Parts: sequence; C-alpha cells; structure tokens
Amino acid sequence: MFRTLRILLSSALVKGIVGQYVAWALGYGFIAMLRSFRGQPTPWLYEPAIAFGALMSVLGFLLAAGVLTDWLKWIVGKRTPLVHGAPEGKPEWSRYFNVDYNHKVIGIQYGITSLLVLLVGGLFAIIFRIELAHPGMQWLTNDQFNTLFSAHGIVMIASILLGVGAMVNYLVPLMIGASDMAFPRLNAFSFWVAIPSVFLILTGMAVGGWDTGWVGYSTLSLRAPLGIVLFLLGFWVNGFSSIASSINMLVTATTMRAKGMTLFRMPIVVWGAAAASIIQLTATQTVGVALTMTVAERILGLNFFDPSGGGNPILYQHLFWFYSHPVVYVFVLPGLAVISELLPVFVRKPLFGYRWVALSSLGIALVGFLVWAHHMFTSGMADALRVPFMFSTMMVAIPTGVKFFSWVATMWEGKIPRNPPTPFLFVLGAISIFLIGGVTGPILGTIPTNLHLHDSYWIVGHFHATMFGGYIFPFFAALYYWYPKISGRMYKESLGKLHFWLMLPAFWVMSIGQMSVGLLGMRRRVADYDAALGITTTQLLVTLAALVIGWSVLIMLYNFISSARTQPAADINPWRSRSPEWQIPSPVPEFNYNVPFEVVGEPYDYGLADSAYTRDLVPAPSGD
Amino acid sequence: MGRFKHFINIIILVALSTVGLRFLFEYIFALPIAASAEAGPIDTLFDFHYWMIALLFSLIMVLMIYAVFAFRRADDDETDGPHIHGNKKLEIAWTIVPTFFVIGLGIWGAIALNEITRPKQGEMVVDVIGKQWVWSFKYPEQDSITSGELVLPINRTIVLKMNAEDVIHSFWVPEFRVKQDLVPGRETTLRITPTMAGNYRLRCAEICGLNHTLMEADVRVVSAEEFQAWVDEKSAAPAFADMTPEERGAYWASAEGFGCVACHSQDGTPSVGPTWKGLYAHEAQLADGSTVSVDDEYIATAVHDPNAQIVAGFNPNIMPQNYVEQFTAREQEIGEAEAIELDITADLIAFIKTLQ
Repeated sequence: MFRTLRILLSSALVKGIVGQYVAWALGYGFIAMLRSFRGQPTPWLYEPAIAFGALMSVLGFLLAAGVLTDWLKWIVGKRTPLVHGAPEGKPEWSRYFNVDYNHKVIGIQYGITSLLVLLVGGLFAIIFRIELAHPGMQWLTNDQFNTLFSAHGIVMIASILLGVGAMVNYLVPLMIGASDMAFPRLNAFSFWVAIPSVFLILTGMAVGGWDTGWVGYSTLSLRAPLGIVLFLLGFWVNGFSSIASSINMLVTATTMRAKGMTLFRMPIVVWGAAAASIIQLTATQTVGVALTMTVAERILGLNFFDPSGGGNPILYQHLFWFYSHPVVYVFVLPGLAVISELLPVFVRKPLFGYRWVALSSLGIALVGFLVWAHHMFTSGMADALRVPFMFSTMMVAIPTGVKFFSWVATMWEGKIPRNPPTPFLFVLGAISIFLIGGVTGPILGTIPTNLHLHDSYWIVGHFHATMFGGYIFPFFAALYYWYPKISGRMYKESLGKLHFWLMLPAFWVMSIGQMSVGLLGMRRRVADYDAALGITTTQLLVTLAALVIGWSVLIMLYNFISSARTQPAADINPWRSRSPEWQIPSPVPEFNYNVPFEVVGEPYDYGLADSAYTRDLVPAPSGD
Repeated sequence: MGRFKHFINIIILVALSTVGLRFLFEYIFALPIAASAEAGPIDTLFDFHYWMIALLFSLIMVLMIYAVFAFRRADDDETDGPHIHGNKKLEIAWTIVPTFFVIGLGIWGAIALNEITRPKQGEMVVDVIGKQWVWSFKYPEQDSITSGELVLPINRTIVLKMNAEDVIHSFWVPEFRVKQDLVPGRETTLRITPTMAGNYRLRCAEICGLNHTLMEADVRVVSAEEFQAWVDEKSAAPAFADMTPEERGAYWASAEGFGCVACHSQDGTPSVGPTWKGLYAHEAQLADGSTVSVDDEYIATAVHDPNAQIVAGFNPNIMPQNYVEQFTAREQEIGEAEAIELDITADLIAFIKTLQ
C-alpha cells in the first residue's frame, strides 16, 4: 500500500502537476517582481502575470515530468538509450503514470485520459442540463451556466482529440506491422503536453470562468472575465499535441508499412487516421493564430479585432472556423474508419467498394477545408460570398453518402450474427446516429433554412448526433472490440449490451428533442427559456436522456475495470478477424511482432476461400 | 428469397417509413407560426427538406435493419458471406446522383435567398441598436423617435439597419424565421415583411456575455393606422425642457435611453450591477475593503469611470467606460434640436434619489 503510494507520488504525472503549479507561481512572481522594480503594485489575479505564469506552467509540467529530458541531453551531446519496459524495481502498471515511449502504453494513456476528461466534460453537461430541465433559474447563476457550457465544449473536444490519439497510437503501428511509431519521444510529448493544457482550462474555470462558449468570438472575448485567457492558452497548447502527433502518424504510415502493404492494401483505419492527420497538420495553425491574436489584444494591447481601434471581429471567425470546421472531420474520420473496419468482420463480407470508401475519407478532408464560412451565414457576409459556401457545404454530402451506401452494401447478403456482440451493436448504433447527424445537415447548408436554424438548438442536436455517431459510438465500439487485445481478457457481454440499450434510445431522444426545441425558438447557450415556447416537456426529456447516457457510460467503465480482474483470458482472435494484430498474443508483446509479416492479400477478403491478408515473413536463407 | 423479392420489400418499407416519418415531423419538428412574407419561401424549403430527411433516413435505416433480420446466421454458423468486393456501376451511381441532387438544392437555396434579401417596394427603415443586454430601436423616417419595443406596421417591408455597440448580438424572432448578427464596427441589414398582427419576442441568438439569456425585447406588429397612432403618440412626448430631472433620469435609464436597466434593477433584484433601490446615501462596501458613502460625487464617478470604485461582489470591466462621450454626444444632439442645456449625469442622480 505504502509502496503503491510512493510509486504514484514519484510518478511523472504527479511530478508534472507539482511542477506545473510551481512554475506558474514563479512566472507570476517574475512579472510581479518586474513591476515592483518600477514601483507598481501587482493586484491579485493580475491578468498578464497569470498568463505568463500559465505559459511557464506548461514548460514546468513538461520539465518536471521528464518529457523533455532526452532532448535536453541531446543538446549537450549525451546519448540516451530508448528504455523499454517498466523502470527497474517498479511494477508494470507504473509505466502508465510515467513517460513511456512504447506506442501501446501511450495509446492506453491517451485512452484512459480521454475517458477521464470525458467524464469531467459530461459532468459539466449534466449540471447545466439539470438547470435547463425546467424554465426559471433553479440552481445556477448565469455566470456559472456560461462557464459550464463553455468548458463543456472545449473539455469534450480535448477528450475527443485524446480518444483519437488513443486509437491512432495503439492501432496504426500494429496494423501496418511496425514495432512502434516513427518518433517515440515526440509521441510521448504529444500525449503529455495535452495534460497541462487540460489543467489550464480547468484552472480557468476556477479563476472567474468565461462566457464566450468554446468559440471565443471577438469582441466578447476581449471583455470576458480572466478565465478566458487560460481557456485560450489551454486550447493553444493543445494544438502542439495535434500537430506533433499528426506528423508522427503520417511519417509512420508512409515509411514503416510492412512489405507488400500498398496504399490500397492498408487497413481502412490507417486511411482514416491519415486523412485526419493531414487536417490536423495543416489547419491547427490557423486557430493557433486566432487564439494568439486574442491573447495579444487582451494583454499586449495589440489591435486585431476591436473595431474601435480599426480591427475586424469577423476576421476572428474566419481564422477560427478555418480550423474548427475541418477539425470536426479529425474527430469523425477515425470513427467512421472504425465502422468500416468492424463491419466486414462481423458480417463476414468484404468492405463494399474499399477503394472508394478509402478515398472518400480524403474527399471529406479536402471538401472540409472549403466550407468553413457556413458557420457564418448570419454574420453579415455578402451573398456573393455565402452562396458559394452554400454549394461547397452541400458537397460534403457526397463523400459522406458514399460511406453510408457502402456500409449497407457491405451488410447486404452478409452473415449477420443472430445475437450481435456489443462492438457490432455499437457499430450499428453509430450508423443510425451518424445518419441523424447527416440527414439534418443539408437543411443547415441551404442558407434560407439556415437563417432560422442558426444558433438555435437544432444545431446543438445536429452536431451532437455527428459527434456521437462519428466519434463516441465508434470509439466505444473500438474499446469493446479491442478490449480483449489490450487487456487479454473479455469484457462482460451482458453489461456491454445493457450499456448499449440504455445509451442508444437515450441519445435518440436527446438529439431529436434538442432539434425539436430549436425549431420552436430555443436559442443556443442560454441559461433559461420562456415557458411560453411550449418546450418544457421536451427539455425535461432531454435532461433525463442526458442522465441516462451519463449512467450508461459509468456502466461501461465499471465493466472494463472489473473485467480486467475477474474475466477469464480471451481467445487470441475472438472476432475471427483477418487483421494482423489479432494473429498475435494478447496483450501484445513489447515489440509487437516477433516475426515480421508481409501482406499477401486484401485486408477484407472475407468469403474468399484460402486467402489471407498477411503471412509471416520468412527471412531469405542467408548465403548458400 | 430472391433478390427481386428483397427489392420489392425494401421499396415498400422505405415508402411507408418515409410517409410515416414525414407525418411524425408535423409534431416533433413543428415550426412556430409564420408571421412574415420571408417565412413563405423558407417554409417551402423546410417542407422539401423534411421530405428528404424522411426519405434518406428511411432508405439507410430500412436497408440496415432489413439486412440485420434477413441475413441472420445461426450462432454456430462460422461460414463467410459471399465474396462481393463492390460494384462499379452502383458506386458511380451513388456518387453522381447525390452530386446533381445537392447542386439542385443549392440552386433552389440561392433563388429563395434572393427572394428573401432583395430590396422591395415601399420599404421603411428602422435602426436597431444592440448592446449588452438591451435592444433599442430608432425610426429615422418617423421623426427619429426611439423605442425599447419594436413596433412594426403590417405588410410593409422593414429594412432593419443594425449596429452593435460592444459585442456581437443576433436578431431573431422565430416567427419571422430570418436571423442576422449585429457586428460591432459595421452595419448589417435584415429585411422583414410582417404579415400577421400580434405580439412576438425578439431574443438575442448570439452569446453576448453574462446576461445573454435576458437580452429580449417585445415586438408588436400592428395595422398601418395603429402604427401611425403609436408614432404620433411617441412624437408628442413632452420636450425634455418640460420634464423634471427625475423624469428625464428615468428616460435615460430605460432601453430607449442608455439601457442602464439591463444591469441595474430598480426594485432590489440582484443583477450584474448593484441595484438602484436604496442606493443613494447608503454605505457601499468596495472590493478593496474600504467603504464609501453613496453621494452625487460617488455616482458621477461610478458612471464616468466604472472601474475606479468597484462595489464588493461585482466584477470590473462589465460596464462600458465611454459614458462621458456617449452623454456629451447626446447632450449636444438634443441641445441643438431643443435649445436646452442638459446634464444627463445629474438627471440620473436625481432619478436614483427617488428609488428609496
């Protein structure tokens, strides 16, 4: 017990957190000292000092946790071996609390952190959903409500990015036959830098919060309380995680694939991850610029957005959405790829139109860059601008439609299990929910209907359906599907089914209810509503549904925690998949494949007798 | 079962489901009543979209659920399905058909948008000013009268010329369907042709800070005669010279004036700023720990330089810091028109004194 505590307290995580807040205090003190030299007192919670301290705090976290240690040693010319396995004298589990360079460890770190952050963001939603269950203000102030919904948005986005990182890091090297990611230290950096960013955002809630939503539109952001600076900086720091991990992913997938794995023989998950990485690598910078400009305007007095100094508040929206629209596809492309990966396994048929499905991911990524201004249809843009954006927006329907049609064509005449296991249920649920999100999109794309729906709860329903259908349900499907691979044990099927049958109908009620109240006049981001709108009953239903979703997620976590200890060992390949990671023991050995494989067939050739996707690469006989 | 039979079943089920869903949408996706001419083309497009939502949702869901039941395998059946890789013709079809479809929808959207936004005959301009968290309206064609409620004559196209003073707001009356942001530093325009007399609510649709939820105003659509009567009544309002300082103070505090009421209640209700009820002559506890007696000088400072003496429990940087300029501009404007020397700050103090 004491030993466990000692190992925990000396872990990189705890050191990092301590380092973060110590560095924060030092940074704050540095500014206060500079001011005192000039004879100026520093008021409590002085914004420039808080902001400078926040930047230092991220550095403090990374230094204290040891994320930068190897790179710093390289600068002074020291060699650092890549250490594998747990540190000497410490148990295997301690790896997950320390800086570890194995992609599977990092993938699991990403996954667990993602789920914890998901719980935090979900809790925020539950708190303000209870407030909205009934007209009138019950237990929150406007101030608290605004901070909670703003934080809900950005915390969930942080969670989703972590979850995407989990899938990419764990799966991509395994699926392409690599022993690790191309840059293991950069990989660890990508994960660890996300942690202080989340702490910055949560600290921002404690020092006044902010009331701009996760979009942080100017000029409201220039007048918002102190918390917004920490939100902006936290968001900004998170971008480093995205950029670094996308470089790593792209280099890994382009240079480390197994022999014979041509582009069109890659598992579809790799396609999805690659398309998402291209977006992350090219779009994250623009939101970084927008956030930097806002912080600079608040703290340094530069003028970009405030019209009283010649700025333009619409500029912020363009910069912001140029990232924040494509990033939606960063969330959903890996999820949609999981659907395409799992469907053939469960229906025992090849993925219908594999090439077109793979290319449709790139198509979505490309079109996704051309539609950002549809978030601004009511901002006062000239019709000559918003009409072209209407057409480009409608184009998103084409590659998205390809995916839906291919999925049902894959199922058609397949061998569908009579008693569907949990991951397959989540795949079917994901399709149904992403479909809700998909079919409610074009009505937002045509400007005349958008003028009514913009900034209403219709939008809230629409994007929650795309997020749940495109990310949450596929992510949960992936967790159940690869749980035996990760843990070596099978989850409890009955609890998995219970989770699904609670969450699916609850989500339908929630999202359709949100759209319904939006049509009747419910605005986004309001703490209260008029009973005269006639939406009180629906609002109550939405809140109850949100509570059911919250409980069902807790059931999943309980299932995973308890199954890891009590369930019997799982078969090596319980789903009878052709994918290479299912041909090796679970949990996967440290270096993945003891014998490298080569690709000799198509990834999803179910139903083709005597075919295989991979076979062990037999080393050519040496010499004669 | 043969493929043909499946095909017939699917067609029947999709048709039934589409019609059923479209019927259901009348209830779950009901729109508010339509009270403007602009709502016409918008609701027609809504109707078409609802049909498409019903059709596309039915198509994929029926295929998926049908497949789950029609192609079930026994638990011990470990054989694989047929080895079908794809079908070029099908894949081309489900790429090309939606392409034409969305282009057509885009053209429809563009035509309808033009119908909504194009200038129309007999338009009337109303200026809309949004600021945290209050709306005010000015009628430049009606002696520049100002109002805290939006009163509109029926069946006449109103051009709303909109300006925001601080942050972005958004004009939305659900019954009129159309929505437009108010952006600081630029004027935006929205056309509305009310077609149904009645009372509506204008609510800000873009998050605009602390009291966004409460940023509302009454909208009244009346006949042309009633509108004229309202204008006459407003124009006949007493000249500022004929009003007492207390009356003028109440006017400045209202939405028509400077909107102080958005943050300072007059009945003791706590809000963003300190209530004005019982404010005068009481001891205020300041954020820095000191206390100050609320007198004329304190109130003048609090209005002109709000961050100088923040009352404990309230936040700095919420109140605009340019009231000196705003007051001076208004004093000059009215002073020239009515030949009167106004002191808005003094009027406000006089008004606050009455709220005991």
